[in-house]
Amino acid sequence: MITKEEVEHVGWLARIEIAESESETYAKKLNSVLGYFEQLDEVDTEDVLPTYHVADVMNVFREDVVKPSMSQEEVLSNVENKQEGSFKVPKIM
Amino acid sequence: MVYENPDGVRIGLEVHVQLNKLNTKLFCGCSTDYHDSDANTHVCPVCLGLPGALPVLNERAVEFAMKIGLALGCDIVEQTQFHRKNYYYPDLPKGFQTTQYDFPIAGEGKVVIEGEDGERDIGITRAHMEEDPGRLQHIGSIDKSKGTLINYNRSGMTLIEIVSEPDMRSPKEARRYLDKLRSILDYLDVFNGDLEGAMRVDANVSVFMGERVEVKNISSFKGAERALLYEIMRQKNQIRRGGEITMETRHFDEAMGVTLSMRTKETENDYRYFPEPDLVPMRVAGRVPDVAATLPELPDAKRKRFLEQYEMSNMHAKALTSHIRVANFYEDVAAKVSPKDAAVWVADILKGELNYRDLGIDAFTLDDIIEIIELVIGNKITEQSGVEIIRAILDEGGKPQDIVQAKGLLKVEDDIVANAVGEAVTENPEAVADYLAGKEKSLNFIVGKVMQKTRGRADAKEAREMVLAKMRS
Repeated sequence: MITKEEVEHVGWLARIEIAESESETYAKKLNSVLGYFEQLDEVDTEDVLPTYHVADVMNVFREDVVKPSMSQEEVLSNVENKQEGSFKVPKIM
Repeated sequence: MVYENPDGVRIGLEVHVQLNKLNTKLFCGCSTDYHDSDANTHVCPVCLGLPGALPVLNERAVEFAMKIGLALGCDIVEQTQFHRKNYYYPDLPKGFQTTQYDFPIAGEGKVVIEGEDGERDIGITRAHMEEDPGRLQHIGSIDKSKGTLINYNRSGMTLIEIVSEPDMRSPKEARRYLDKLRSILDYLDVFNGDLEGAMRVDANVSVFMGERVEVKNISSFKGAERALLYEIMRQKNQIRRGGEITMETRHFDEAMGVTLSMRTKETENDYRYFPEPDLVPMRVAGRVPDVAATLPELPDAKRKRFLEQYEMSNMHAKALTSHIRVANFYEDVAAKVSPKDAAVWVADILKGELNYRDLGIDAFTLDDIIEIIELVIGNKITEQSGVEIIRAILDEGGKPQDIVQAKGLLKVEDDIVANAVGEAVTENPEAVADYLAGKEKSLNFIVGKVMQKTRGRADAKEAREMVLAKMRS
């Protein structure tokens, strides 16, 4: 069961503000999603190895060869606040 | 002598090494050559974390990681993969760092250091691959800052995080470990340690078997030693005052030389690690023999060989093998002159002059040092003149032959010295009498006269012998 406190904690980890009044609703909704997934617990996985990846491929690499990067102008084209070619954000400690 | 470790200090280090000798980043084709470039000019949708961008692993980065693992004596894992480490911070454009978790590419190994009481093994817990975050720059001072600027050029650079066991018992041992690690990495030619941020250190420190404190943000080896000294003192003082040490993360303030509590609220669980679905697993253990074949002779092996092959002192062997370029330089010199002369001139004299000027071995040419040594061995100039030429080249430039000419350093012929000795003894009978009566100082006076007559080009030691012989005849 997801509690109200856990919803608030996860919200903090994602830096999303969740109002006191909302956390109860989200807890309820998340619990119903988790409950749905619990149906999977009925499957017997006793002899099944964990799956790390759904695609049955391995060792996909690229060569160490430089490709062109984007221009600074293009990089910052969707940015609201910029300064000296950088993204500008509120002060972070 | 056994080191007692009176305060029960235990230090473990996490070292992040940026593989800046790769051409491209870990998961995209952006160039790694951004250090002198404008902000956000070496980025693409992958390292900017734009929606829909897909990472593809750099094969050479994997080879470099295996090379490092093997050089540290680690086992290379059979099968490995990447995980997402989730945390929200603006230097991480995706909201997670792609890193390795339960199957690091390299497992347990060790590094041998010169410890407080002789050689000591420092255990390596693991070494794993991960991507570097972008770089944050605060506008103005930290407390009055109006905002933060983000440059993503560094984002996605390949890092190898090398985690040690808490086997170091003093800041000095930690420093030795870092120096040794740097030396090994230089030998492997996987990174340029002189570039900013090429090696970054986090430390775990505890005293009296207490809780460990993590110290972050250490940017230099000297800084590491200072941060550890401060943190050990802080913990000891806290205990002395009856306080307790709690597990926490502290930040090293380089300017103030202190560690400050960071009060982070995140715990291991909060990172919500899970397998990276955009990258497939890799199985590279089969490549170990091929990668091992590319490993160069490493510092410890080279030191051992130098001791045997060139019959040098342990001190010379250490001084000549700690840097790969010095070792190669020495061997090239030793091939031309005798290994013994090469050791004295490279390890004692040249390295001393270079260190004094904060220069590396690349500041001097092979041809010049060989020429200087040959001039001394050929008895054309004195040893002191040889040193003078090295200094002149470093400070003013020029070639050995020209400096010999310009400074008139050619040793004068023996018969000229002999004449000067004869004159000096004949012209100063009082001094000779004084010396023979037991006044040691008078000898220096007569030798001084010889040097004056030869304008300093006689070998002072030889002149002294000749004056002594002359007076006794």
